[in-house]
Amino acid sequence: MKARVYVMLKNGVLDPQGEAVRHALGSLGFDGVEGVRQGKVIELDLAEGTTEATVIEMCEKLLANTVIESYKIELG
Amino acid sequence: MRAAVIVFPGSNCDRDLAVALERAGADVTMVWHKDTELPKGLDIVGVPGGFSFGDYLRCGAIAANSPICKSLIEHTERGGYALGVCNGFQILTETGILPGALRRNANLKYICKTVGLRVENVETPFTAGYEVGQEIDIPIAHHDGNYFVSDEKLAQLQGEGRIAFTYTDNPNGSVADIAGVISKNRRVLGMMPHPERAADAGHGGTDGVAMFRSLMDQLATA
Repeated sequence: MKARVYVMLKNGVLDPQGEAVRHALGSLGFDGVEGVRQGKVIELDLAEGTTEATVIEMCEKLLANTVIESYKIELG
Repeated sequence: MRAAVIVFPGSNCDRDLAVALERAGADVTMVWHKDTELPKGLDIVGVPGGFSFGDYLRCGAIAANSPICKSLIEHTERGGYALGVCNGFQILTETGILPGALRRNANLKYICKTVGLRVENVETPFTAGYEVGQEIDIPIAHHDGNYFVSDEKLAQLQGEGRIAFTYTDNPNGSVADIAGVISKNRRVLGMMPHPERAADAGHGGTDGVAMFRSLMDQLATA
C-alpha cells in the first residue's frame, strides 16, 4: 500500500520560497497570483495493514516539524 | 570541565568547536552519532555546525533522531549543559530540547558574514563574561537561520529572560531579531552565529572567547 504525505508551512508562518515563486510568476506576466505556498510531498511504500495511526506517528516524529508545519495524509 | 562534541555525517565545525573548548581548558572527547551513550561524567555536550545528513528533509531533523540524541536528551533532562551552534541549534530545536524552529532565511540566500550581536542576558553560564547590551561581532554561515516561535511562546521566552543574543541588524528574518535562545534552567544554549569561529586572533575576531571562558569558570568548579 502507498501513503502520500503533504507537508506545508502552517498558515501564518511566512513562506519566503512561496513568495519568491509568486514574484517570479508575476514577472512572467501571470497577473492575479495572489499567493503561493510551497510545500513537499512524501510518498511512502508501506507494508499491507499499516495503519493511519502509524503514519500519523511518522509525521509527528519525523516527517513534519509541527512547530511550523502542518501535514495531510492520503492513504491508498 | 569534561566536554564531548558530537560528530554527525556532514558536521564540519566539530573540530573548531572542540578546539575552542580545549583552549578554554576543557578535556574534549569526540562522539560519533551512532554511539548510543555519551561518555560518563560529562559536563557539557557540544552540538556542532555543518550539514548533518545533507540537510535532507529539514536541517537537523534526521540528526535529531540519531541514536546519540536520545542520550543527549537524557543528559539535558538530568540538568547537563549543552551548546548547539548553527546546525547544532537546528538539531536542538528538532529534538525539542529548545523551543521554536529555524526556517529558510527570509531573503532565501545563504549568508556567510560577520554580524553584530547584542548580549541580552548575562545571567547564564554561557554569557557571564559579557555585559548586558554589549555588542559583539560573530560570524554566521547559514541558509536556514530564520528563527520562528509563536507569539505566545515569544512572550514566554522574553518573560523568562531566555533570549541570550539578538542581531543588531537582523540578517535572516528571525522573529524579534533572535540569534540565540537558552533553556529554562540556563544550561542549554542554541545559537545560529559561530562563537568558535571568533575564538582566535587568526579568525579575525575573538569576541567568542568570553563564552568559552565563562563556561570554564562555571564548570571548572562544578
